[in-house]
Amino acid sequence: MKRFAKLIQQLELSNKTNDKIEALVHYFNFTDDKDKVWVIALFTGKKPRRPVKAALLRQWVKELTQLPDWLFTESYHNVGDLSETIALLLPPAEQLSDHPLHQWIESLHELEGKDDEQKKQFILHAWNSLEPQERFIFNKLISGNFRIGVSNKMLVNALAKQSNTDSSQIMHSIMGKWDPYQITFQELIQGVHVNTDNSWPYPFCLAYALDTEPEKLGAPDEWQAEWKWDGIRGQIVKRAGELFIWSRGEELVTEQFPELWFLQDMLPDGTVLDGEILAAKNRQVLPFSVLQQRLNRKKISKKQLEEAPIGFFVYDLLEYQGQDYRSQPLSERRKKAEELLSALDDDSPVNLSPIISCSSWGELAALRETSRSVNSEGVMLKKRDSLYHSGRKRGDWWKWKINPYTVDTVMIYAQKGSGRRANFFTDYTFAVRDGENLITIAKAYSGLTDQEIREVNTFVTKNSLEKFGPVRTVRPELVFEIAFEGIAASKRHKAGIALRFPRILRWRKDKNVSEINTLTDLQQLLQSTLEQPGDETN
Amino acid sequence: MALVTFTKKGIYCRQGDFYIDPWLPVDYAVITHGHGDHVRFGNKHYLCHTLTGPIIRQRISTDLQVETQDYGKTVTRNGVKISFFPAGHIIGSAQVRLEYQGEIWVISGDYKTEYDGISTPFEPVRCHAFVSESTFGLPVYKWQKQDVIFNQVKSWIADNRQRDKTSVLIAYSLGKAQRLIKNLAGDMPIYVHNSIANLNEALEQAGVHLPETIRITADTRKEELKSGIVIVPSAMRNSRWLKNLSGPVTGICSGWMQVRAHRRWQSADAGFALSDHADWPGLLEAIKATGAEKIYVTHGFTATFSRFLNENGFDAKEVITRYGDDEAEIKLDTPEKTTNQELTN
Repeated sequence: MKRFAKLIQQLELSNKTNDKIEALVHYFNFTDDKDKVWVIALFTGKKPRRPVKAALLRQWVKELTQLPDWLFTESYHNVGDLSETIALLLPPAEQLSDHPLHQWIESLHELEGKDDEQKKQFILHAWNSLEPQERFIFNKLISGNFRIGVSNKMLVNALAKQSNTDSSQIMHSIMGKWDPYQITFQELIQGVHVNTDNSWPYPFCLAYALDTEPEKLGAPDEWQAEWKWDGIRGQIVKRAGELFIWSRGEELVTEQFPELWFLQDMLPDGTVLDGEILAAKNRQVLPFSVLQQRLNRKKISKKQLEEAPIGFFVYDLLEYQGQDYRSQPLSERRKKAEELLSALDDDSPVNLSPIISCSSWGELAALRETSRSVNSEGVMLKKRDSLYHSGRKRGDWWKWKINPYTVDTVMIYAQKGSGRRANFFTDYTFAVRDGENLITIAKAYSGLTDQEIREVNTFVTKNSLEKFGPVRTVRPELVFEIAFEGIAASKRHKAGIALRFPRILRWRKDKNVSEINTLTDLQQLLQSTLEQPGDETN
Repeated sequence: MALVTFTKKGIYCRQGDFYIDPWLPVDYAVITHGHGDHVRFGNKHYLCHTLTGPIIRQRISTDLQVETQDYGKTVTRNGVKISFFPAGHIIGSAQVRLEYQGEIWVISGDYKTEYDGISTPFEPVRCHAFVSESTFGLPVYKWQKQDVIFNQVKSWIADNRQRDKTSVLIAYSLGKAQRLIKNLAGDMPIYVHNSIANLNEALEQAGVHLPETIRITADTRKEELKSGIVIVPSAMRNSRWLKNLSGPVTGICSGWMQVRAHRRWQSADAGFALSDHADWPGLLEAIKATGAEKIYVTHGFTATFSRFLNENGFDAKEVITRYGDDEAEIKLDTPEKTTNQELTN
């Protein structure tokens, strides 16, 4: 564990990718194979099941330290992380010991099914044998949240370098289905499990945002233009008679979308489709707010099936007749996909995402302006001869999004951030005008530079009106332009409206609070989005 | 009428007509220690500890009316007995003890309870009312022994050297810098910034013995610095000079470095939780040792700390002062020019 604690420390201290990879390679060079497997599992989000509830840990810390609850909470707000707060509050360890990482994980695993008293004994004993940094890691093992700025790609690159293996093979391997309790490090690197497991998806090919004029990309006929849909990116895998639906977050979501189950019979074995899971009716895409009713539900009611029907808009074909098709050019993949899906009825929930035909960039730019009328968020540009890359690569695919909606708001609450930003007021709540009053419309915690955060922080410190725990009510003076991607009616929000992906576009130092938008402005916007495409003429 | 009241200008003793660490100009100022937020320009008369005298003269002006006194000795003003007791914060730092007709007050200034190897160790003083700082008045701030921290610093320096980097420690010129010098001296030459060298000279002239250091000048070669330890104040941390050193890696020594989020907010390469303030157990232990009935909590986690004291049998009150946090520049006031880019790279 000491070695792992050291690794975490090194990863946290540097912001440079090369330093992090160097630290990872060094770690993988000198560590027990069993530990390596667990580090890969933890960094790719394969959490061991949480053996002890956070509330219990909190209670035991309070017993040990004799601290009142409110003081624990104050401490937590200052530190910004529960595992770390606990590690710092505990009395010093009395008998240090060093066990490898996997041993700790296995011991924690064995706690499952034991009663609270047995769990308590184990945890207290562990705390008493670990140094502060190790305790922090140990607590993280319990919660399973290792967010320390190591992307899958970075991890894969380090593993590829350390084991002299092709990085795409490793990416493939760690994205598949594997059990850290069963697999060995060698098996994982060689991807032994991937061949026997039918479910594995391919890494998604991702696009960068277009940052120049499209004219600079060359002739328009070298490019395929499609709508950029605002849903859940997904892969549909059909192998050996089984159907799997993966979301971009590398989660299996097959059970959630019965509308797509028919593909199990319809698609030939050895087929993988890339596309977008959307709410759609008669091949018309519905707003994201409709899709939301269907997300993360264990059970789906008949009413939900009717009101929020699901469709899958196919972008690409990654595997065909059991062959990896990703190194074929896009034009070829598209052709095969058309063949494959030609048997589908016109009213099928699955269809190819249409190509936008246009003869010039100017024409496409004009069509792009109409994106919202089809509930799209812009245009995708894909080079016709492009391969299907793993992850993000510049040059072949671009997203050309329309500008977001914006609204001018005033800041009314501020709260301290967490993690790197604990101790700064970085989470803000914004309001628009509703008659004489201000009404909360969005919360956002990104979009400002560190310099601006400091300025706002100073303002908040000097202009706090009231204090509720970590939240400060501030004098409504600072005006921010908030950008957002969508708007929906909401019963949970006081304003009756929820904004999608709100973030701070800019701090409008040139405006004062009398110039902000009103709730009526937003209600009108909501109405206009609810009208179906084609309704405008009515 | 209480012996001490809290006024717009500072902590005031009406009977003796003097202020302790006033933030606005007064006729007679009793000073706890030489940090800028406790001793300001413009007072007619300064009374401080023997070793704080040369510090004030060096940092503010030689043209001040400064009266000095040793620990434990008494100065009387209109019947009020004023005496200094070691606060252990930095060289010359003192708690101010006031006594009048049997009533005893102690104003702590800033203090720490662990001996740092260079400041006269903290000494608890029995009193009726104790005015305590609370910079780190939260239970997550519990320091490790300074030997442990210094071992971390030393192994960091050794590691940097192996990787052919220049080790640069960022520290407050007064206090933290001398503590580092004292505890790191031995194996490698220590190079210090002008502001630190000037203070060291003033202290040496006053009889404080400090290990040898080398003043950094325009002629100091980069290669030379790489074979030593460099100590500079925080104003230098984003300077071009520092960036142009040969493979510079920076380490910050401050109590705030106890918490990951604070460490990561820094653009520094390493953070060491080395503080000149009392930690949570230190504050509690100090307060208990005074035997005081009444506790006034100043600068720091005032609300939290006074609430905790009140829930634990003390009669505590929050007091608003204008004392800053000498370790906080590191937390908040990174120089204006720092851009987002620099912080994230």
